Amino acid sequence: MRRLINLSPNRAGALTLSVLPFVLVVAAYLFYSSARNAANPGDKLLPLPATIAATIHQYAFEEDERSGEVLLWKDTASSLERLLAALAVSAVVGLSLGLAIGVLPYLRATLAPFVAALSLIPPLAILPILFIVVGLGEAAKVTLIIIGVTPVIVRDLAFRTAELPGEQLIKAQTLGASSWQLILRVVLPQLWPRLIDAMRMSLGSAWLFLIAAEAIASTEGLGYRIFLVRRYLAMDVILPYVAWITLLAFTMDWLLRLLRAKAFGWAGPGA
Amino acid sequence: MWKNFGSQVVLENVNLHIGDHEFVTIVGASGCGKTTFLKILLGIETPSKGEFLIDGDPLAGEPGPDRGIVFQRYSLFPHLTVMQNLLLGLEFQGSPLLGRLFGARRRRALERARDLLEAIGLQDAAGKYPAQLSGGMQQRLSIAQSVICEPKILLLDEPFGALDPGITADMHALILKLWNMNKMTIFMVTHDLQESFELGTRVLVFDKVRIDPQAPEAFGATVTYNIPLKGHRSAVGE
Repeated sequence: MRRLINLSPNRAGALTLSVLPFVLVVAAYLFYSSARNAANPGDKLLPLPATIAATIHQYAFEEDERSGEVLLWKDTASSLERLLAALAVSAVVGLSLGLAIGVLPYLRATLAPFVAALSLIPPLAILPILFIVVGLGEAAKVTLIIIGVTPVIVRDLAFRTAELPGEQLIKAQTLGASSWQLILRVVLPQLWPRLIDAMRMSLGSAWLFLIAAEAIASTEGLGYRIFLVRRYLAMDVILPYVAWITLLAFTMDWLLRLLRAKAFGWAGPGA
Repeated sequence: MWKNFGSQVVLENVNLHIGDHEFVTIVGASGCGKTTFLKILLGIETPSKGEFLIDGDPLAGEPGPDRGIVFQRYSLFPHLTVMQNLLLGLEFQGSPLLGRLFGARRRRALERARDLLEAIGLQDAAGKYPAQLSGGMQQRLSIAQSVICEPKILLLDEPFGALDPGITADMHALILKLWNMNKMTIFMVTHDLQESFELGTRVLVFDKVRIDPQAPEAFGATVTYNIPLKGHRSAVGE
């Protein structure tokens, strides 16, 4: 018998195995859902697929009676707007600050410990401060995400910058590069793919902060909707919304990975 | 010139005069300050006592375009193609703000880079990234990348040490060709004694002359042999 670490499935086997957990979860859901609904046709906890399908149709394709809008798309648009705005700001700040800290020793001495301390503040703990200072509007929600993910990106990129071989920086200087030219032509281009990696890593926490902020103070958005219908035990809304959020997050991750592979082929396949 | 790190003396009493267009090879046992000597020339270490003069002026305290360097590894830029790597020095020196050349100046730079690319036999790899090249091709490119800036001094830190022995003869021919084309002074650290005599117009041997068994760090290494190889230059010349 060969060692377990040397046994690996073939392609078809790997595909089957990767689908297996999904199938098991769905099967278990169907089993318990039909069992509960057989006992109590009014069950709210595990709605039947038909009920879920009807709800999806209602939320995704019919206008809401009160607002006259299609709720799923309205929620998706406002959530994505917040998330993308915050991620854009975090990427710009994270890249410029991380690069500067990584490459300029004076700035590193000044800011690296400060950023390290900042990154340890639990962002949700300062959410009340944000509400007090910037109000309950969009700014508070976007700011929460920015505060949550930017310090992590800054630190990551500062480390990646410091990881560049010293030989490269010395070589560039012997080719006549000023600090500015060295940043522009040597350091920055090598940080782009690392920025994408850092963004992919922060997607999870960005969604977490978005949904937390929406749950607490919002009138629309994916997180708002989930917490709103929780009062009615509307699992037929919550479950599709959670699946939709997961799909959105997965798509964003996949797009970033694609961008890295297409635009920065020299950097290898990445994580 | 002296160099010590704390109480550890690395180099002591190094006193040299090197002429223009010499090819100086530096040999010696490990830990005898060869690399430290090169780092001082490069400007990333400063001598503890004494000084280096180039044409009568003290050496700048940081690396600059008058002194090129080729390390054993990592001296290419992985995000740039072969051609872009070669152009980089010209772009740094021709465009302070953007570090890029455009129009007629770019065409002139490309022409120079293409000539040099041909001289090092990499014309067919112009669009490749360094990771796609063999070790020997990478070192040839790294040497050309420095030479294109026409440095007065070219420093080579065991440039062929990590290469397949079969290709070192080609590399020697190439470095001698570039040395003669550009009339620069070369300092090359090497492990290979035969290589040092084959290439150099002057061989420097670094060694420790005094050893205190109670305090092995109290005395540093110095140049124990400074061997000019007369008539050698004409032999490798045109």
